[in-house]
Amino acid sequence: MSYLPYALAVWIFLCGLYGVVTSRSLVHLVVCLAVAQSSTYVLLLSVGYVNGGGAPIFADVPKGTRAVDPVVQALTLTDVVVSVTVAGLLLALTIQAKKKARTTDPDELAAMHG
Amino acid sequence: MSRSFRIGLFGASAAALAALMLWSVAGLPAFGQYHHEYGRILNASAPSERHVTNVVAAVVFDYRGFDTLGEEFILFAAVMGIALLLREVNERRPQPRDDVGSDALRLLGVGFAAGLLVLGLYVVAHGYLTPGGGFQGGVVVASAFLLLYLAAGYRAFHALTPRSGVDFAGSTGAGGYAVIGIVSMLLGAAFLHNFGPLGTPGTLASGGSIAFLNVASALEVSAAFVLLYTEFLEELAAVRS
Amino acid sequence: MNVLVPLPVVIPLLTAAVLTATSPLLSKRADDLAGIAAAAATTVVSTLLIVDSLDHDLVYWFGGWKPRSGIARGIAFDVEPLGAALAALAGALMTASFVFAWRYFDEVGTLFHVLMLVFLAALSGFALSGDLFNMFVFFELMSVCAFALVGYAIDHPAPLQGSINFAVTNTIGALLVLFGIGLVYGRTGALNLQQIGRALEGRGHDGLLIVAFALLLAGFLVKAGAVPFHFWLSDAYAVAPIPVCVVLSGVMSDLGLHAIGRIYWPAFSGVFAAQAGSVRGVLVGFGVITAIVGGTMAFFQRDLKRLLAFVTISQVGIFLVGLGLLTAGGLAGTTLYVLASGFLKGGLFLAVGILVRRAGDGDELRLRGKGRNAPMAGVVFLLGGLGLAGLPPFGIFPGSALIIHSAREIGYGWVPTTLVIATILSAGSMLRAGARIFLGWGDADDPSLSHEPRAAEEEPSEASGRASPPLLFLPAIALVLVGLGLAFTPGLAGRASDWAGRVENRPARGAEVLRGVVPHSTRTSSFEPGATPYLYGGISTAGAFGFALFGLYRRRLPVFLRRWPSRMTARPATVLKELHSGVVGDYVAWLTFGAAALGGVLALTVR
Repeated sequence: MSYLPYALAVWIFLCGLYGVVTSRSLVHLVVCLAVAQSSTYVLLLSVGYVNGGGAPIFADVPKGTRAVDPVVQALTLTDVVVSVTVAGLLLALTIQAKKKARTTDPDELAAMHG
Repeated sequence: MSRSFRIGLFGASAAALAALMLWSVAGLPAFGQYHHEYGRILNASAPSERHVTNVVAAVVFDYRGFDTLGEEFILFAAVMGIALLLREVNERRPQPRDDVGSDALRLLGVGFAAGLLVLGLYVVAHGYLTPGGGFQGGVVVASAFLLLYLAAGYRAFHALTPRSGVDFAGSTGAGGYAVIGIVSMLLGAAFLHNFGPLGTPGTLASGGSIAFLNVASALEVSAAFVLLYTEFLEELAAVRS
Repeated sequence: MNVLVPLPVVIPLLTAAVLTATSPLLSKRADDLAGIAAAAATTVVSTLLIVDSLDHDLVYWFGGWKPRSGIARGIAFDVEPLGAALAALAGALMTASFVFAWRYFDEVGTLFHVLMLVFLAALSGFALSGDLFNMFVFFELMSVCAFALVGYAIDHPAPLQGSINFAVTNTIGALLVLFGIGLVYGRTGALNLQQIGRALEGRGHDGLLIVAFALLLAGFLVKAGAVPFHFWLSDAYAVAPIPVCVVLSGVMSDLGLHAIGRIYWPAFSGVFAAQAGSVRGVLVGFGVITAIVGGTMAFFQRDLKRLLAFVTISQVGIFLVGLGLLTAGGLAGTTLYVLASGFLKGGLFLAVGILVRRAGDGDELRLRGKGRNAPMAGVVFLLGGLGLAGLPPFGIFPGSALIIHSAREIGYGWVPTTLVIATILSAGSMLRAGARIFLGWGDADDPSLSHEPRAAEEEPSEASGRASPPLLFLPAIALVLVGLGLAFTPGLAGRASDWAGRVENRPARGAEVLRGVVPHSTRTSSFEPGATPYLYGGISTAGAFGFALFGLYRRRLPVFLRRWPSRMTARPATVLKELHSGVVGDYVAWLTFGAAALGGVLALTVR
């Protein structure tokens, strides 16, 4: 049980990658990429968890109460922002693919090759 | 490369990668057994050193504040990038119509949007005291505008978010963060060194420059998300008309 | 703490914010001028940082959070001459790009300049940072800017494909890096590179560290463009606007590789010290494959930008070999090679840009003979090609000499031969293209070259007449001349070896970063290349010319000479070309394969 969250992170990552590889729609691809990204949230936050620890916020609990690691929470915040921005950029590209190339199937967007 | 070859290649590689990654996570401390110094030291010393009660905010805006500068500009640059990618190269944008028919929807929606805006500002302001902060609150503030679009239609949304104003707000937020860091340098300390009165922990007047950085990032994040929504909603409006 | 250290990041970011805030009020040329000024200022500051860090590293703790009892609380920049030189390279290339892009991007207001300036800040920060997660933040910042800039000409199908492939593969690379960071943090509780190294020393390596290193390596190799993570690079660099290509090819790919050195020496060199030979073997192996594949694919291209993209990949392979030797000489040689080659590739891309604007086409066969209208571009092509071919004593020669010496010292004497082969393939293809375009040599058609769609810039538009010729030629010539002339900096090779030796010296550097112990300045050594590098350089230059002639005239060889080799190479060539299918699903499958292979090989050999 004590390694399950980490194994879960690995599983989510590979599921997301599988979705990206087999995708037939760019929107589906973007969402699968977001799924793969969420595996890193799981990993980071699991690494920082302390048994019986509360949030690292001491507004209503006395200082010195057991709390989880605040650093990974800051790292995950950055990670989420990165995830959102990349999803936004890819979705903008998807819109343009639909408008200009008339398709959102990644397998058909291969103007350059060789 | 045929699709079946691709899936086969991926399947074999993913199996190997899974084995490797599972092998590696077996070496981590067990879940809940985090015992390193970095987190413990910060939890112990941040409230007394910086007079804030939300240690995550202290990490985000002070201890690792330079990362947040980069993160802000990631959002800023990405939204500029989306504006670049969605620009109309040779076509004129068609005028969007107003879709909302119901007055009740309009009334309730605008009311809730106003409430949401206040909630967002509250989350921003209390970011270094209780859970929240510039990023979280900024997203809530931007979603108030999105609710306005849903309730009152595109024209109202567009009227309240003029492009130059939003650009100005976003760049002031992002640039303001850097300027605050420079102020620290002008005061003879390192870039982004905390300055200003540290105040009383648990009140809004605490944290020194953490409070200013909080506001700057809230400004930047809300403007960036409003711009993001504008870009995509313009596409939606163009499709519909 | 040296007040200049944050500036290479802060100056471009602040300029970008100010440009956006004041864009309604700006006059016509203000954004061009602001971009050039900010990029030039950043270059000057980075160069000053090289000078300031000559004796010992400059360590800058942001927020004033100095470490206590060896535990870092904040983020540090660890500035030493090799990293600062790469930051200066980024600034110089960006300045040249802005000059070249004068008046070209007016239609998007300030968006192009803002994105390029933020890109520059990210490149500089990445090259100077000493904190693992901070490096990741700058990695993402440069990626986000690059995704949008590559897709600039969004109304054509090829940039769309290039941008999507770029974004998806590089994001997955970033995920691999982040997974590695999570693992390392879980083991050490530290994000500062020197502190990670201290936390890991004395304990053996195990599965976690091997796989974490492999994931970090794979993620950075995606950015760098090593095989089999390289597929996105040829798509993206072929469609980005020329000023963007200059910076992408000249410095972004190289920084991906520099990052590997930047994390290996402080954090992992202690743990893997006993197994350095195995790590070396893996890195050099991947490097050799990349160099050869890149050069071979370059031969099959007729689109000039795609050709240069594969030349970039081939060079990344050479850099990976040099870095992978895991010696001070290898590190020094690679950095010098990167610097010279960055300037040369930048100049070559600008020359291609001049051709495209003048003749309206970027295809080698269609441009045959038309280069006579742009003789200066031809000069840049020739000088750049000679520089990349390794003509001694110019340009890449000191770097290449250091790598050759280092390889022979540690028993990898076969490595320089493979590097020569890769150089012949890539520089030869460049020279072939140049001869065909500017001299009109060679056949008018060559079916073995891959046919690509017309690129965006090749559409005739009023834009082609806007910038005056000197603004286009001056940056191109300047970059190529700097690239060639860098070799003549006095004592460069010896000093570079000293700086690399400092990077290698983990205990001393760790003491400086974590405890503020400033080391005594070391004696300066000098480096005598000897005859062997001259020999290799001469062979690669002559070979490049010969290969160029072969590429131009091979149809005219007697049939009996051609029949057997062409039958042998036809099938593999087709397979290799088909692998570069342009489909993102294929690329991600290869990425997964590469990560698994890298991890698997490291796991099996590092025991």
